[in-house]
Amino acid sequence: MVTLTIDGMEVKVPEGTSVLDACREAQVIVPTLCKHPDLEPTAACGICIVKINGRMLRSCCTPVAEGMQVITRDPDIMKARKTIVELILSRHPNDCLGCLKNGNCELQDLAQEFALDKDAFANITPTSEEMPIDKSTGCIQIDPRKCVQCGRCVQVCQNVQNVYALSSLKRGIHTRMAPAGDLPLDDSPCIKCGQCSAHCPTGAITEVDETGKVWNYLQDATKTCVVQIAPAVRVALGEAFGYKSGDLVTGKIYAVLRRMGFKAVFDTNFAADLTIMEEGSEFVKRFTTEPERLPLITSCCPAWVDYLEKIDHDMIDHFSTAKSPQAMLGALAKTYYAEKIGVEPKDMIVVSIMPCTAKKWEIKRSAEMFHDGVQNIDVSLTTRELVRMIKQMGVDFNNLPDEEADSPLGQYSGAGTIFGFSGGVMEAALRTAHYLITGKELENLEFDQITNLNEGAKEMTLTIAGKEIHIAVAHGIKNVSSVLEKVRRAKANGEKTPYDFIEVMACPGGCVGGGGQPLGVTNAVRKARQDGLKNDDRKSKVRCSHLNPDIQKLYKEYLGAPLSEKAEELLHTHYVARPLYNK
Amino acid sequence: MVEMTPEQIEKLKAVGRMQKDKLLQMGKDFTANNEKYDATIFTCNATSCHSGGGQNVYEALKQALETAGLSERVRLVATGCMGLCAAGPMTRIEIKGRKPFLYKEMTPDVAHLIVEQHIKPLLGHPEMELKLAPHLQEKELSMDLPFFTKQRRVVLKHLGSSDPEDLGEYVANGGYQALIKCLFEMTPEQVLDEIKKSGLRGRGGGGFPTGKKWELLAKAPLVDGEKFIICNGDEGDPGAYMDSCILGGGSHAVLEGMLIAAYATGATSGWFYVRAEYPLALERVELAIKQAKKAGILGKNIFGTDFSFMAELRIGAGAFVCGEETALMMSLEGNKGTPRPRPPYPTEKGLFQKPTIINNVETWANVPQIILNGADWFASVGTETSKGTKVFALTGKVKHSGLVEVPMGTTVKEMVEDVGGGTSTGKPFKAVQTGGPSGGVIPAKELNLPLCYEELKKIGSMMGSGGMIVMDESDSMVEIAKFYLGFTVDESCGKCAPCRLGGYQMLKLLTKIADGKGTHADLEKIKEIGSAMQKGSLCGLGQTSPNPVLSTIKYFPEEYEALLQDKDEKKGC
Repeated sequence: MVTLTIDGMEVKVPEGTSVLDACREAQVIVPTLCKHPDLEPTAACGICIVKINGRMLRSCCTPVAEGMQVITRDPDIMKARKTIVELILSRHPNDCLGCLKNGNCELQDLAQEFALDKDAFANITPTSEEMPIDKSTGCIQIDPRKCVQCGRCVQVCQNVQNVYALSSLKRGIHTRMAPAGDLPLDDSPCIKCGQCSAHCPTGAITEVDETGKVWNYLQDATKTCVVQIAPAVRVALGEAFGYKSGDLVTGKIYAVLRRMGFKAVFDTNFAADLTIMEEGSEFVKRFTTEPERLPLITSCCPAWVDYLEKIDHDMIDHFSTAKSPQAMLGALAKTYYAEKIGVEPKDMIVVSIMPCTAKKWEIKRSAEMFHDGVQNIDVSLTTRELVRMIKQMGVDFNNLPDEEADSPLGQYSGAGTIFGFSGGVMEAALRTAHYLITGKELENLEFDQITNLNEGAKEMTLTIAGKEIHIAVAHGIKNVSSVLEKVRRAKANGEKTPYDFIEVMACPGGCVGGGGQPLGVTNAVRKARQDGLKNDDRKSKVRCSHLNPDIQKLYKEYLGAPLSEKAEELLHTHYVARPLYNK
Repeated sequence: MVEMTPEQIEKLKAVGRMQKDKLLQMGKDFTANNEKYDATIFTCNATSCHSGGGQNVYEALKQALETAGLSERVRLVATGCMGLCAAGPMTRIEIKGRKPFLYKEMTPDVAHLIVEQHIKPLLGHPEMELKLAPHLQEKELSMDLPFFTKQRRVVLKHLGSSDPEDLGEYVANGGYQALIKCLFEMTPEQVLDEIKKSGLRGRGGGGFPTGKKWELLAKAPLVDGEKFIICNGDEGDPGAYMDSCILGGGSHAVLEGMLIAAYATGATSGWFYVRAEYPLALERVELAIKQAKKAGILGKNIFGTDFSFMAELRIGAGAFVCGEETALMMSLEGNKGTPRPRPPYPTEKGLFQKPTIINNVETWANVPQIILNGADWFASVGTETSKGTKVFALTGKVKHSGLVEVPMGTTVKEMVEDVGGGTSTGKPFKAVQTGGPSGGVIPAKELNLPLCYEELKKIGSMMGSGGMIVMDESDSMVEIAKFYLGFTVDESCGKCAPCRLGGYQMLKLLTKIADGKGTHADLEKIKEIGSAMQKGSLCGLGQTSPNPVLSTIKYFPEEYEALLQDKDEKKGC
């Protein structure tokens, strides 16, 4: 432990703590625009300056030292901070009222705290013609004029996700964050994971807002609108309404969606159970009869699908062909459910609420997403967009009575809900795979070793019916490469694959930390959201996908069996190698 | 890496021992060969003289010697910078038994005449008096000029008096003797102590004690078996060309300094980071590395000892900020050259996250001299806290502009009036600018200011790498400030807000004032931005870029005041 003095108070913190974090220990909040608690300091904004032993230094990137004397505010410091924020505002459009981040913007907060003059210096923001908005992906919106060059998005895109779609171009006043090669984002290596948007302090990177489109559909009397919500949404959405991270607000979300005018409220967790049936059967088939086709790699994360098609496409044969839960539910809503209620698929609108920006891309990614030529999912919204809709409609969310999801695509098992965090898909799959191989249920349903979020790449060996299954789970794309490298090496040397089953989720923590989730994510937040889903699983009466009665009914009534012709037609897809850059 | 067997190592060492003898023999061979000549012509072909036609002069001299049949008797050398660039290209004639004779503003025509009328008649006639025709007389440059006599050349010792490409000549002049002394007579600790005792401080501008920096590296453990040293040759101040000339005049002294540091600190390899705009320096560094590898000065088990070291050249793309050590390392690693936070300091996590030290070209060039002549010798020159000499590029409105080396503590007056010979325009001297865009102005009233780290800092400027620009009465201080700020605004890497935006906004306000449209409020805003930039910028470039503006406001407030729209409303600056 290191002892230092902050504004006259003695503080003890572990060695290696930054002065900024040490200040928090002393209940002192030093303002910053570029340091995100989830990321390494980029040291870009210069607002967190403090006096350390008389020297002015950035507190975000200065580690504590024994006996350090820190002053966090005096007229000198305050004046410099104020000038810096005023300078930043001089190259910012300052059109907060029309900004998606209005009320949720770190720059706005700072401006308010400093009570400063936004017109202290001549405004030098380029025009929107000079710096147009990039909506090319349809998922992520970049408004470069609002960028404060904090470097968070570049760090997360390069160092956490290993994608290198974003970079800092040019120098001096012309410095700007932009897609690699200054291309439209959609032509860059971007995988649409949206981690950039989840970390952006301003309105420079956001999701592409499609709430208006959904409102229009809901107003259209000729359309039957149905909706689904993804596992991780229910433990994060509440944060926007004063709930703690991880608090389950599933019943209130069902209720609010119904009040919006959705005719049926479904749950993606149901489709997650279905994914397990298909993917689990795929695994069991390969494991028992086609070992040369192992490992099987999960494919329910669209950002990961995009990455694999662009970069790791030598692994396509190992990719599970099972569609993601979102896509499966969409396909069933416009077939199975539409038939049941006697609505033409073209008159049905399926909206999905996802913790993810890449899901907006997934709904159009291949021909299999358009059954009989009709797009299975019409709009995919992020958690943040649903929050916006709830606020727009005027409802006392916190006091809404809990409601239930609709049948037949609404009931889920505990295995479906844990799809929302890293290791959860694998755990759910193992529960069912065990049954499919042995005909018996697993005794212990939880595998903490692979759902532990503190490690980026996790391994486990499970023995089922005397045969060892080697498992790897990775989250945060950067952590995938070491796993796949081992597989490649073994293949090249003609050795047995080191892993039989690999789960990958692009975002750190999995969907609980997804790019479409409420802002301010940290490891603690991810963990709390994960705990929320684990509780949801534990309190479920049915905890295995194959035991979900509605799933059993669906196979009986409609699909026949997993991997049947009908199941293949509706619930599976294929992958193609694509270039890293579109042009 | 493949491990070597003890036998292989012993074999390598035996080769190394032979290489040492061979190198020393190269020096002896040079001296013996040089004895054969009756005269030597040194003609400057450094960057400045080269662009002034130095190469043509060299060719003309060569041809004239051949025509006169003197090629065997007269050695012709294209040298590094002779110093007085204002009078370049320069040629020095050294005939055995006679005083050296210096010609200025050389042309190929004059070259022919010199061989015919000066050298040919005197060779073999020691009693004959030199009689020059008027057109040659007017080309004479007195070697008794204060420009020469007030200088003390330590770093520039070999420049202008040797062949930058001849390793043998470097050895004959004492080159690599310091390294040999270290390897065979001193422990690494003793070398470190000697450098610490000398009081040598970083010549790149900051003035950090070199010995202390080395000690930090010596104490840092190897990471993956590696520790690095870097030669910062990214000099980029407007008007500065010290490093260009030092490297261009022969890079062995710098390489030797690096080798000595590597021995003292345990560094395993080194990099020269030199900007692409310095083709001659790049050529000479490459040649020095090639020669050193061939001679066994670089490599494994150097001279049969346990000391191994490798050096490589990396070319910088010319961004000013890459002279900042952390940005330099980012660039060396292949990234965009933007500074990174310190700590961790390079001695903990430097290049490729391994312990690293970075010293400037001039700092490295001092090292062999300190080892050869001793720390006491070095420390006997200079002031209490600034030891040794300093190389300056003296430019601007000064009569004798050029590359000079003076003892630390030389006053501004001595520099401008004696070494520089006063203003070139004859108008009264107004100020000098030191430290480049990071520095400030020294007004005429501070003429007695000694040039050393502390004194310069005290008045709001800095030593910097050694650019010194002289200004006369007709220069507008507001325009000077605008020029330097414009430079740093262009060269800001854009990473951190205070520098990226502050510099730009300040330049806007300054331009407004220079255009006669500014007010007192604008001047106040300039000061406000300046203070925020000094406090809030991440690296030295941003922290110091307001200096030229703030220091001109401080020393020449009346010039700003006169330009303000509301100048009559008494407020003062």
